[in-house]
Amino acid sequence: MLKKSLLAGLALSLALVGSAIAADPIKIVYIGKNTGNPYFDSITGGFQDACKKLGCEFEFVAPATAEATSQIPFIEAQIQRGVNVIGIAPNSPDALNQVLDQAKAKGILVLTVNGDLVGNESHRDATILPVDFTKTGPNQVELMGSMIGYKGEIAILSATTEAPDQNTWIAAMNDTLKNDAKYKDMKLVATVYGDDQPEKSTTEMEALLSNYPNLVGVIAPTTVGVAAAAQVVQQRGIADKVHVTGLGLPSEMKDFIKDGTVKAFQLWSPYNEGWLAVHFALGVLDGTIKNEVGSTFEVENLGKITIAEKNAMNTQAELTTFDASNIDNYNF
Amino acid sequence: MSATNTLAPVSTREAAPPRPRWQTIVIRPETMTLVLLIVALFVASLLSPYFLDVGYILRSFALSGEFAMVALVLTMIIIAGEIDLSPAANMALSACLFAFAQQAGVPIPLAVLIGLGAGLVMGVINAVMVIGLQIPSIIVTIGTLTLYRGIAQVIAGDKSIRVPEYFIGIDKVMILGMPSTVFMFLVLSVVLALVLGTTIYGRQIYQIGTNEIAAKHAGIRSQRIKFILFLAMGLISSIAGILTASRLGSVRYDLGLGGELQMVLMAMLGGTYIFGGRGSILGTFLAAWLLVVVSTGMTVANISPAIQLTVLGILLIVAIIATNFIYSRTQR
Repeated sequence: MLKKSLLAGLALSLALVGSAIAADPIKIVYIGKNTGNPYFDSITGGFQDACKKLGCEFEFVAPATAEATSQIPFIEAQIQRGVNVIGIAPNSPDALNQVLDQAKAKGILVLTVNGDLVGNESHRDATILPVDFTKTGPNQVELMGSMIGYKGEIAILSATTEAPDQNTWIAAMNDTLKNDAKYKDMKLVATVYGDDQPEKSTTEMEALLSNYPNLVGVIAPTTVGVAAAAQVVQQRGIADKVHVTGLGLPSEMKDFIKDGTVKAFQLWSPYNEGWLAVHFALGVLDGTIKNEVGSTFEVENLGKITIAEKNAMNTQAELTTFDASNIDNYNF
Repeated sequence: MSATNTLAPVSTREAAPPRPRWQTIVIRPETMTLVLLIVALFVASLLSPYFLDVGYILRSFALSGEFAMVALVLTMIIIAGEIDLSPAANMALSACLFAFAQQAGVPIPLAVLIGLGAGLVMGVINAVMVIGLQIPSIIVTIGTLTLYRGIAQVIAGDKSIRVPEYFIGIDKVMILGMPSTVFMFLVLSVVLALVLGTTIYGRQIYQIGTNEIAAKHAGIRSQRIKFILFLAMGLISSIAGILTASRLGSVRYDLGLGGELQMVLMAMLGGTYIFGGRGSILGTFLAAWLLVVVSTGMTVANISPAIQLTVLGILLIVAIIATNFIYSRTQR
C-alpha cells in the first residue's frame, strides 16, 4: 500500500516536472523609457495580445525617469530573471552598450522597439520601428503644405534639443523644404523646443505666435507638442489663420479634430510594434525566421515584413494620416 | 536592588548612573541599519527567487559603487558639521573634462590626471567659499552643484563623448571575486573607518562637528581640517566620475544626475546626524548595502518604480526617527 502510493506520488511528480519543462513558455520583457507614459500602453497592448495568442509570458517594466542610465538596473534584473527576450525603448544611444552586451552574451535576444541605438547598432540584435523614419520628415512637410496651400511662414515645435528621432525628422524637413521645388514658397522661420512638457510646449507656442505674426503653420513632431500647440490655437480661436499638424495620439487629438482646430495629423500604430516584436522574437527563437538583412516573413494583420539594413523592421510603409473621416476608428 | 545600591559608589545627586556596557554597544543607529539590512535581505529573497545570488548583488552594488565611495567622505564632512551637495555635479564635470581631453588626443593617463586635477580644483573652490568667505556650505554647494553641471553641459553639449574600448569596463575587472569598484569601496571604507575611529584627526572631526568654537579653543585647527575634507571630497568625486565613465563607456553632462541625494540618503540611513558630531563610516557602509539590496530586490521582483519610491521614503523616515530617538536617549 505504502509502496504503491509512493510510486504513484513519484509518477505524479515526474509527470508534473515533465509538463513544467514542456510548457515552460518563452519569457519576453519590454523595458519602456519611463512609467506613466500613455504611448507605451499601446505598445504594451500589442505585446500582450500577441503573447496571449502565440503563448509566451510578457511583462512590462520601466524606470521612474527617462534619464540616460536609469534603465541599467532594470536590464541587469531581467538578465538575472533569465528572460529569453528583452525589448527596450532605449533612453540613451550608448550608455546601455555594456549591459546590453552582457545580455546578448547570456543568449538573450535583444530588440530595440520604438527607438534605436543610433550609431551603436551592434549592441542589439534587431530593431523594430513603426515606419521608415527617413520618410517622416517629408511626409509631415507635405501634409503641412497641403493645409496652407504650399505658401507662407511655418515653424517647428519639437521635443528636447537632443531627442534623436525628432532631430532626424527635423533635419529631413529642412532638407525637403530647401531642395524640393514644390515647397519653395514655404519658409521655416523657427524651430523651438518644448521638452515634451505640456507647460513648456504651451509657452513656446505662445512665444512663436507673438514673435512671428505672419505665421501660418506649426509642425509639432511629438505627441506632447502637437496637443499643446492645438490647445493654444483652440483657446485663441485662430484655427483659420494658424494651422497645426504633427505627430499626435488619436485619443488626445480627437477633440481638436472634431471642433476643427486641427484638420489632420499623422502617426503610426504603436500597438503594431509590440505585435511585430513578439512574432519576430518567437520566430527567431524557434528558427522559422532568420535574423538576416534581406530575409522576409509573414505576420498576421501586417503582411510581409522585410528585414532591412542594420536588421531594422518597420510595421508600416507610410505614416497614417488621421482626420475627421477616420479618427473614430482609433482608440490609442 | 538594595544590594546594588549599597555596592554602587556614592554619587552626587546630579550624576546619572552609567549605562550598562552592552547598551552603549548595541543601542546605536548602526545597529538599526544592520537590522534593516538583514530584514531587507530576507524580504528580497522572499519576493523573488532570482534575488539571492551573490554575483548578482555584487554586480548591482557596482552600479552605485561610485556614489557609495563618495558617500563615505561625505559622512566625514557631515560629522564635521558641514555638507557638500556638489559631488555628483563634480563627477560629471571631471568625467566630461577627462573624456573631452582624451578625445582631443591627450594620452589617457594624462587625461585622467586632468580629470582628477579638476576634481581637486572644484573641492578647493567649495572650501574657499565655505572656510574663507564663511558662507554656509549648504548654500555654497547648491550653487556649485548647478555651476559644475552647467560647465559640464557647455563642454559636452547634448552629445555623449565615447571613451576608447580598452578603457571601458573597470567594473568588470574582478578582484577577490568581486567587481573592482566594490573592492575599492571596501578598502576605502576600512581606511576611512580607521582614520575616523582611531586617529586624533578623527576625534577632532567629531569635536568640530559637536562644537566648533569649543574645538577652536581647545586648539583644534578646524579650518585646516575642513579644508582637507572638502579637498578629499573633490578628489573622490572626480575618481568616482572617471570610474563611472569607464563603466558606462561614454560620458554625458547628465552623468550621475541626482546622485547627491542618494549619497546624503546613504549617510542618513547609516545614522549620521545631519547637524554634525555624530555618525560613523560603518553606518554609511551598511546603508549603502541596504539601499542596493532594497532597490535591487524590488527591481528583480518587477515591482513598479512608484512603489519602490514609496518604500525608500518610508525607510528613510523610519531611519531618521530612529536615529533621533537613539541620540536623544543616549546623550554622551
